[in-house]
Amino acid sequence: MLPLDLYNSIEPAWCPGCGNYPMLKAFKKALAELDIRPEDILLVSAIGQSSKFPHYLRCNTFNGIHGRALPVATGVRLANPEIKIVVTVGDGDQYGEGGNHLLAAFRRNPDMTLVVHNNQVYGLTKGQASPTSDQGFTSLIQPAGVPYPPLHPLALAVAQDCSWVGRGFAGQPAQLTELYKQAIQHRGFALLEVLQPCVIFNKINTYHWYQARVYRVEDEPDYDPENELWAYQKGKEWGERIPTGVIFKKSRPVLEEAFPVLLDGPLGKWQVARPVAELLKDFY
Amino acid sequence: MATDLNILIGGAAGQGVHAITGPLAKALVRRGCQVHVSQSYQSRIRGGHLYNVLRVGDRPLLSCREGVDILVALNQETLTLHLPELSAAGMVIFDESQVKQAPEGVKALALSPDKVLPETDAGDIAVNAGACGAILGLLEVPVEGLVTLLGETFGAKGAEVADWNRRAAQHGFDLGKALGHPFSLADIAPPSEPNLLISGHEALALGALAGGLTFICGYPMTPWTSLFNAVSQRAEKWRVVVEQTEDEICAINMAIGASFAGARAMTGTSGGGFCLMTEGVGLAAMSETPVVVVVAQRPGPSTGLPTRTSQGDLAFVLSAGQDDFPRAVLAPGTPAQGYLLGAKALRLAERYQTPVFILTDQYFADAQFTYTARDFPPVGPPPASPFGASGKDYERYSLTEDGVSPRRFPGFGPEIVVADSDEHTPDGHLTEDLSVRIQMHNKRLMKLKGLYGDMGNITTMGDPAAPLVLMTWGSSSGAVAEAVARLGQSGTPARLVHLAELWPFPRRAVAEALQEAAKIVLVEGNATGQLHRLVRQETGFKADHLVVRYDGLPFTPEYILRELAPEA
Repeated sequence: MLPLDLYNSIEPAWCPGCGNYPMLKAFKKALAELDIRPEDILLVSAIGQSSKFPHYLRCNTFNGIHGRALPVATGVRLANPEIKIVVTVGDGDQYGEGGNHLLAAFRRNPDMTLVVHNNQVYGLTKGQASPTSDQGFTSLIQPAGVPYPPLHPLALAVAQDCSWVGRGFAGQPAQLTELYKQAIQHRGFALLEVLQPCVIFNKINTYHWYQARVYRVEDEPDYDPENELWAYQKGKEWGERIPTGVIFKKSRPVLEEAFPVLLDGPLGKWQVARPVAELLKDFY
Repeated sequence: MATDLNILIGGAAGQGVHAITGPLAKALVRRGCQVHVSQSYQSRIRGGHLYNVLRVGDRPLLSCREGVDILVALNQETLTLHLPELSAAGMVIFDESQVKQAPEGVKALALSPDKVLPETDAGDIAVNAGACGAILGLLEVPVEGLVTLLGETFGAKGAEVADWNRRAAQHGFDLGKALGHPFSLADIAPPSEPNLLISGHEALALGALAGGLTFICGYPMTPWTSLFNAVSQRAEKWRVVVEQTEDEICAINMAIGASFAGARAMTGTSGGGFCLMTEGVGLAAMSETPVVVVVAQRPGPSTGLPTRTSQGDLAFVLSAGQDDFPRAVLAPGTPAQGYLLGAKALRLAERYQTPVFILTDQYFADAQFTYTARDFPPVGPPPASPFGASGKDYERYSLTEDGVSPRRFPGFGPEIVVADSDEHTPDGHLTEDLSVRIQMHNKRLMKLKGLYGDMGNITTMGDPAAPLVLMTWGSSSGAVAEAVARLGQSGTPARLVHLAELWPFPRRAVAEALQEAAKIVLVEGNATGQLHRLVRQETGFKADHLVVRYDGLPFTPEYILRELAPEA
């Protein structure tokens, strides 16, 4: 195990009590236990409080624009088949702005981990509803409450054969560290959603609210994460009981395997020589 | 007297317009002729009206022109639409099984499947190969080259098809020859070195490959798609990672990700696709990630005319994205220039770690020009990257005199590489220190100075003392050059000034080129004179007259001369 202070970076500027703090701690622990050094991993993020995550952790980082972390990460994957990639984004970022890229990632199955910090609210823009806000959730924009039900991202992921699907809770850091480790070690696209209370703007879905509802799916007598129908039901389950743990696993070829040229290693190390006389041959 | 023939081949999409044009053009090029092929088509897969114009002569042809000397009509619509363009000595070859009303009062050759290959199921093949053969007969060009080409092109379709093609070409040739030969090319000498025929997007693809491209991604959209195709078809042989994205937003972000990780990356799009990319353009600039974006123009706004040509996106590309940042904008005039600029764009992007644009359009994309290998010099090895400071204390955005920071790739060594779309400190982490903001903004803008020094490619042609200057940019170069030449021949000395590198604007070179002009005419494919505004902004020179075209068709020398006539 590597020392945790190896990952020390600048001081976080999250609100006191934010669910991101225990996540950061659990993530550092996962990296240390997996012996992943800061220079051997890339974190890609976009916009939102969740996207500041990589700044507060010493590691390679690309902090891009709203909703577009997955395209950047997939570009990295296709240019460097070796580096570990973790994408850290929020519910509004990925499920709202970046929805199309999520669907494409399910299909492509690049070897990377997508961690969605789900607090069911827009924090950075101060309290508007997100795609996962519960029906009736009120905000300055939705004073009468959100008129329609939330998205069920994990059910969507299962339905689209996402090769690893899990959920953690910031209030259960030991389980979260294990989930981070499993997701990172999984070969293929792993979606790990983490319930991450926003202590300022979400007065409904609090630590206490989640704590009263979450349960470990591995403890269920019918636990069967390779069974699509079972996993779909767990992905859809939301309300009185909220499942956490590894919900779905399916072995699929990864994106990189469709690119035999990547066997030559990272593109940045290639020697490229293309004589123009050869290039012109098709045109005589 | 110079030989200069225009052969128009038209029909419905799917009938075989390209099946005639392709082998015919290649046969003529191999024979030693100069050929220029331009395409005009509608936004549909089958039916409608499309045509190619194959211009053939004995000296370099840099543009399409108006008029038709040989009209090949595969359907009635082609005949009706283009018969009025036929020159005095012009001739018509038509498919009589598709044409209800045979042309009257002109020399014509009727072909049909039954006539060319009776008692076979050859169908369109008979007429297509027959028409190719007939044209060669008319031009007195031996048919053997065509037969070889048809074998190369359609050989995979089996022995029977090959036999039909061979027999139809020979039969057509005999029919064409019997018509007499007012358009003989028999005097054209065989080439001393082999000629080649290449389109703008094909040449641009080769330039990018020669310049070290390792990654391309994009979403299909006309006319950009043909460039994406040209690279993708060569990707396996030359080792390029190709990915079709779910949308253009993904395309530019994916290209940025690949480049950040060490690829030499290109993406591209057209029209509304580039509207989707603009946020990513700013990301490339802010994160200082090299990326080449090809914007293949078509008339807009919005969906506009998807398959037509335009030079309407210059102002957009010059200002796409929020706030100020360094960028380069290139716009090749010919395929040969496209080859050079394809490589140069990658070099500039890599050197200055910022977005570089190549503006093309439907005419440039599709039009094929005749060259020899000498027109495609080696472009030199790609610039070294990663480069500069390394080690544990590496900072992605360390401040330097020229604004260019040492570049390292994540996962390649002990360096921690942190890139950010937020304003950031030299180590890449977000900051709200406003003095750092000023330092970083200045650092990025400093790169414009270096870029300015790397701009060139002002082409001037014609009488250097001529008081009349015709100035243009991008793919309109050939038509303007020919207009200038014709003006000179008719006693009006004129000079061409062509810009292929538009930003940072080569203001000194342009000011020098315009200094002595008594009359300045700007020629460009948009309604409001976007280059003209730029010239005024950057040099203070004002045009006396604008020649604009925005009907979706490329400039021709005739169009330009007509527009100039009232002024002269």
